[in-house]
Amino acid sequence: MSERETSPEWPLYEVFVRGKRGLNHVHVGSLHAADDAMAVLHARDVYTRRNEGVSVWVVRSEHITASSPDEKDPMFAPSGDKVYRHPTFYDIPDSVPHI
Amino acid sequence: MHAPDDHESAYAGLLVNDAHWAFGTDFEDPLAGVDTTIPDGVDPAVLARYCLALGDDALVLSHRLTQWCGRAPDLEEDIALANIALDLLGQARLLLTRAAAADPSCVPALPEGSPVPAEDALAYFRDDRDFGNVRMVEVPNGDFAEAIARLLLFSTWRLALFEHLAGSGDAVLAAVAAKGRKELTYHRDFAGRWFLTLAQGTEESRRRLLDALAGLWPLWPELFRTHPVEAAAAAAGVGVDPASVAAEVDAVLGQVFATCGVDRPEAAPLAGVAGRFGRDGAHTEALSLLLAEMQVVARAHPRGQW
Repeated sequence: MSERETSPEWPLYEVFVRGKRGLNHVHVGSLHAADDAMAVLHARDVYTRRNEGVSVWVVRSEHITASSPDEKDPMFAPSGDKVYRHPTFYDIPDSVPHI
Repeated sequence: MHAPDDHESAYAGLLVNDAHWAFGTDFEDPLAGVDTTIPDGVDPAVLARYCLALGDDALVLSHRLTQWCGRAPDLEEDIALANIALDLLGQARLLLTRAAAADPSCVPALPEGSPVPAEDALAYFRDDRDFGNVRMVEVPNGDFAEAIARLLLFSTWRLALFEHLAGSGDAVLAAVAAKGRKELTYHRDFAGRWFLTLAQGTEESRRRLLDALAGLWPLWPELFRTHPVEAAAAAAGVGVDPASVAAEVDAVLGQVFATCGVDRPEAAPLAGVAGRFGRDGAHTEALSLLLAEMQVVARAHPRGQW
């Protein structure tokens, strides 16, 4: 067995679960796991034990690129007063779901 | 009052409106719509004792796994072991309930007016000599490698049993087995992955795993002994003779061992006591200590409502 570098803690993963009534995966939390396969098992055990999910995604936290809190205003404030970007000015037929 | 064949109480509160849960719950009663009458030609006492044996296996191992709570190597593994313990507890509950429904005379007598349901009376008011579990599930916990090795052996064996039991002539046993198969498949997968990780991890993890396997090996053949109750249940078309799954269990285990580079240990089977084994109620001292801890509160309050 070759010398392997061991770190004191397993890498961090972010967990996304798609619920039975949900159409998309939703971030539910994070966990530690040694590799991707173990992260899926851990996600199943930690985040779907109350019958919440039908599908799980995991991704190493370090692979997520996030916006910076410092840029919050330039990033998001400009959309705050542009109500006309919402499709609220016409009627949606009842037969069109998930809008 | 609790009817002996009332399987629904655990689900009653969960099957109603659950809209307030963000993800939804959609719990299912595994016995919904299942015919609970005892099939023609089946001796109710045989069916009850067969259910007790399978239920006790699950109940006792569930308690051993519960003892890992807060002690596993990390949070995620702690929850995983607790989940598995709960799966087994659920199997035990359904099987003990079925035993009580088939043969009410197997349920210990409790004080008049006690609200304790029959399956709880069976779990908490029987002595060790009335438990029919195999001895492998009762031996005290060792290290994490021991928990993994025991779970791999147990779930591989029980999954094979349940695959066949799903075709049982007793509709309740068939439903319990159909539900349990999915759970046991996960348990075996969980244990198998950790078995591989420990076998091929570090020198220390491999040493611990091999030690654990060697310690469990003398208890392994007992799982494939045919007790007269199992033979009678199999003959009546409601049970599975454990000897009949020995070859397929060995093949699965052989695959895991080959992948992990692990040899079957060489160890003589643990002898019975005057020819009696766990299924006969002949147990190691560990079971009475386990039961003393598990049963003490219930026994102190036989009229208690939980």
